[in-house]
Amino acid sequence: MRWAVVVFPGSNCDRDAEQAIRLVTGDPVDLVWHDAEDLSAYDAIVLPGGFSYGDYLRAGAIARFSPVVRAVAREAERGKPVIGICNGFQILTEAGLLPGALLANHHLQFRCEIAKLRVQTNDSPFTRLYEPGEMIRIPIAHGEGRYHADPEVLEELRREGRVAFRYVENPNGSVDDIAGILNARRNVLGLMPHPERAVIDWMGSEDGIRMFQSIHAHVEEGLTHA
Amino acid sequence: MKQFEVEVKVWLKPSVFDPQGHAVHGALVSLGFEGAGEVRIGKFIQMTLEAEDEGAAARQVDDMCQRVLANPVMETYAFEIRERGQ
Repeated sequence: MRWAVVVFPGSNCDRDAEQAIRLVTGDPVDLVWHDAEDLSAYDAIVLPGGFSYGDYLRAGAIARFSPVVRAVAREAERGKPVIGICNGFQILTEAGLLPGALLANHHLQFRCEIAKLRVQTNDSPFTRLYEPGEMIRIPIAHGEGRYHADPEVLEELRREGRVAFRYVENPNGSVDDIAGILNARRNVLGLMPHPERAVIDWMGSEDGIRMFQSIHAHVEEGLTHA
Repeated sequence: MKQFEVEVKVWLKPSVFDPQGHAVHGALVSLGFEGAGEVRIGKFIQMTLEAEDEGAAARQVDDMCQRVLANPVMETYAFEIRERGQ
């Protein structure tokens, strides 16, 4: 399988994601520029963290209009796994691929620390190698990670088991302690924590490894059956 | 075509907590402005626009707000349009 890591002007976790995926899966990974219009050659797509377009107007608001995001939407429509990390999550909500929005942390501080997360479901291409209810440690680094959605949307997320991760100790005021959510089809995940920063012992946690292994296993199974 | 001056205000919906406004409210009270009530902080966007008439300009600005300038999930907006030189 082949991965695409999308690079926007202002992305800054693209290389980390690329290296983490190579290390964990051994798969080829391409860094793809924001003006790419066709991602059909890729089996999984990563929108990495950073400050695309300087976070001007709102985080992710400008990136959403780049050609590559239309291409991402097309591949998501085809059922391919798409993971948006941090700024990537913000872009996915702005683009309407995930519901809700991410606002300034309630205490206005930028938080950079290892966060404890509870895995809420392993029924997704991203979490199949975790145990439901398992606690994992993944770093966060954001100033605008407060997840917000209307009550009806929240109810739908809960009912359909689409909250993928919750914070054990809420670091930003996110509603319902939400750290990551899935789309209705469960092939698009957005999360504020950075799994690519938790793949080697010296990073302080290796709990991100299984997220990339999960995606790899999901895609390889699909490819084998095809 | 006419030239218009446009002013757009974008701010968080009343149901959404505004930590900036909350912090500024605290500062105002600590400065002795005891009467200061809830503070909400938003964005102010100024632009010029060429359009057929004021109605066409208003439709365009509303579309801009819906699609780019505001995020209806968390924000609300208002705008004013004035023909240039009037």
